[in-house]
Amino acid sequence: MVTDRSKLGFYLLLSPLLLWLVTLIILPHIGLFAVSMSEKVGVREYETGFGNYAVFFNEPLYWRTFARTAFMSILTTVLTLLLGFPIAYYIAKLTRGRTKTTLFLMCLIPFWVSELVRTFGWMILLRETGVLSNFLQYTGILSEPVEFLYNDAAIMVGLVYTSILFMIVPLVTTLDSLDDSLIEAGYDLGGSGFSILREIVIPHAMPGIVSGCIVVFMLSLGNYLTPILLGGKDSLWFTGLIYTQFITRFNWELGSAFGFLLLGLSSAVVFLGLKLSRQSLSDTMGR
Amino acid sequence: MTSTADLVCRDLTKDFKDFRAVDHVSFEVPQGSFFSILGPSGCGKTTLLRMIAGFQFPTSGDLLIKGKSMIDVGPNKRPVSMVFQHLALFPMMDIGKNIGFGLRQRGVPAAEIKQRVGRVLERVGLPGIENRQVSQLSGGQKQRVAIARCMVLEPDVLLLDEPLGALDLKLREHMKIELKALQAEFNTTFVYITHDQSEALVMSDNIAVMNKGQFDQIGTAKELYYEPANAFVAGFVGDANRFEGKVTAVNGQIVTIETEGGGVQQAHASAKVPSIGQRAQAFVRPEAIELSKTPFASATHPNASAQIVDSVLFNGANSVAILRDPKSGETLQAALPQTGEFLGLGKGEAIHANWNAGQARCFVAEGQ
Amino acid sequence: MIPTVPQSSAMKWSYRAYVSLFFIYLALPLAVVCAFAFNDSVFPSLPWEGFTWAWFFGDEAPFIGVFHERSILRAIGTSAFVAFWVSSLSVTVGTCNAFLFVRHDFRGKGFLYILMLLPLIIPGVILGISILVFASSVANTLEDATGMWFDGLRPGLILVILGQFSFITTFATLVISARLQKFDLSLEEAALNLGASKWGAIRQVTLPFLLPAIVGAGVVSMLMSFENFNTTLMLVGSDAPLTIAMFDKLKLGSTPVLNAVSLLLIVGSAALGIFSLIFQRAKE
Repeated sequence: MVTDRSKLGFYLLLSPLLLWLVTLIILPHIGLFAVSMSEKVGVREYETGFGNYAVFFNEPLYWRTFARTAFMSILTTVLTLLLGFPIAYYIAKLTRGRTKTTLFLMCLIPFWVSELVRTFGWMILLRETGVLSNFLQYTGILSEPVEFLYNDAAIMVGLVYTSILFMIVPLVTTLDSLDDSLIEAGYDLGGSGFSILREIVIPHAMPGIVSGCIVVFMLSLGNYLTPILLGGKDSLWFTGLIYTQFITRFNWELGSAFGFLLLGLSSAVVFLGLKLSRQSLSDTMGR
Repeated sequence: MTSTADLVCRDLTKDFKDFRAVDHVSFEVPQGSFFSILGPSGCGKTTLLRMIAGFQFPTSGDLLIKGKSMIDVGPNKRPVSMVFQHLALFPMMDIGKNIGFGLRQRGVPAAEIKQRVGRVLERVGLPGIENRQVSQLSGGQKQRVAIARCMVLEPDVLLLDEPLGALDLKLREHMKIELKALQAEFNTTFVYITHDQSEALVMSDNIAVMNKGQFDQIGTAKELYYEPANAFVAGFVGDANRFEGKVTAVNGQIVTIETEGGGVQQAHASAKVPSIGQRAQAFVRPEAIELSKTPFASATHPNASAQIVDSVLFNGANSVAILRDPKSGETLQAALPQTGEFLGLGKGEAIHANWNAGQARCFVAEGQ
Repeated sequence: MIPTVPQSSAMKWSYRAYVSLFFIYLALPLAVVCAFAFNDSVFPSLPWEGFTWAWFFGDEAPFIGVFHERSILRAIGTSAFVAFWVSSLSVTVGTCNAFLFVRHDFRGKGFLYILMLLPLIIPGVILGISILVFASSVANTLEDATGMWFDGLRPGLILVILGQFSFITTFATLVISARLQKFDLSLEEAALNLGASKWGAIRQVTLPFLLPAIVGAGVVSMLMSFENFNTTLMLVGSDAPLTIAMFDKLKLGSTPVLNAVSLLLIVGSAALGIFSLIFQRAKE
């Protein structure tokens, strides 16, 4: 009886998981792939083939946008790591108790707010009639209003802003677990600040660095809002192309192919990151 | 002695926000000796050690190593190495990399590092384990690697911060002997801090007993044990029975004390002799208590008393009998040799105890 | 580089200056958004025309405040509706998943766990289009077969809820399993030993223990649902949740009413977030 009942309980627990994963994750992606492999040859007539992918590779605008998106996402990842690491180190190692909690909370609060609001804030700051332009005129650095929006630098500022938390949180967690006495031992044995950073702190923080980089890269790659709003109409972000194919052009076949390419790139990067750092997805993502 | 001292502290003081952790501590450690700082937790010994290592900046006072002041020298430039409480072996490096860390910082060529790491591992009795990971070592091996990691740098002074605390009892006993042997092998000055008096007594050439930020006494193990400078040292080093009461008579250095329960004891005051009417404390070692089944002559044995056995704590050669004075209700711990007539001593039996006043120490009670 | 290692004061101060600059960078966009909600001007930009509450309470054009702007109020209602369903579904399924992964051992557990984590590494846009494509093809097939309409599978609130649920469940599962892992199984055994039924033990001992994590997961799900954009964008129909409605307004040109909404969002989400932190801390 007992085993029968616990079996029943097991299946009761298993079914929502399977229902969720199969109908909302697995089947939709199989469907997406199937659509990406079908070419429209007439009204409600389709053929299977790589035609949509061929379109992508033959149209420079498409693959250049793809490469550009990838490159800028990598740049965002590097920048967030460089900018975020000192902050995470400061919070984890140089503050204690209340100060630590407060600083950490101050990092978290902006990210509880919608990305849209954050991006809106940058628009108010950077636009021609915005705060920055006015401030620089007031101080006399500029003589007339300057448009800081709608360029790649604005996109970078927004992307770094939007994703830096996802770098800082895992870094703070791993750095917190680094015992101070290891750093002291490093100094005691004659190490300099730099060699300790390189040989002790960074190797220890590696899991946090990897998971932070993976998440930031993925979020930047899949971002739509920030590049569109801060980069303007010609921001050339790959998710923008997907949106156009799906919603504006109603060319779902090509859009699906684009989607699959983006998914492929982001999975490849996750996979490479995990392989290079010899970590598993469960350890990195499952906290 | 001053010319050969490896480590000299002069009036070293460390104030934290609301209290003084180290209070005008001065001492010298001669080259090649094993110096222990013994004290209860919170007495300031860790702060003192960390000042020597360079992780705390003294409020005042001076610190010299081989005659050179270390006050403005950073922890990575001092000729001292430290074995941390939890050893702080780098888990991200293998054993060879761990031990070679300090040499790499000095820019020693790789081939020489390899050779020196191999040699130091041999000296600590762990040859050829360079490629193992820290997690693959046992507790005792980790200890030796931590010491090797410091010794490969040939420091003038090696600091040890209670490194045996995390080990289990058996291994701790073993490592005590091993540490002493390693110290002799390297002939380096060791400064060792601990709250465990047996570690300090067994290993050290000299011991400083630290309490409330000050050194109460510096001396050899024997001196601390037999000639404690004050009540704290007498109570902290070794086991002792403690009595407190009013001084009723003073005869030279022999003081007579009457306790609350009415017991009367005589003890030897080697430091300050209390005056009649003052409160005083007396300490008697368990092994100084002589047991007898027949009464002692009270005229010649002023500390003799009749006792009832309260319990027997059997612990091999270290067995102890807890005695209770039926008149005052005070208890007394006496060493119980597991030989001869006391072998079968049991609870409730009557017995007589006595000790020589010269083997009991008397101090003026604190706050007087 | 740690407090116990002495450092030159120049180094110390430049580090502090950097950290301060960083926090200014963090606060700046939010601060200007909030500040311009009170500017007595029809554009959220300089010059400063004076302080006004009109963007919250105004009811005369062009100063229509948030509380009189129909489209915004409706969008907030839609978002709240979506967030409610998403967080209820995610927390329920997340709790089941947590029990499954923490309490049961079965073949393929590792594989299922990886599958469960996958939504974390699928970009939101892709999640959106894959569900869109799949739901549409199912709808097409069903409509061809039965001749009836299946509007629920066309872009609209149901798809938005499903789309958000599909990845927020992973977060809920992680938060709840983390706490369930800390649960001392002997407490449940003690309850059984004292005569409770299996379900009674879980209800009276395990679930109260899990409550902070369940509340925390619920709050996180709400926040994530409220601010989700990428997935929602691909699945939205005629009823737009707040972020989409604001995005559409923003593309047309912004007025300070958006600042006022944003200010309310900032205050609301910060309050909700801090509430969940305090709640979790009080329980621990």
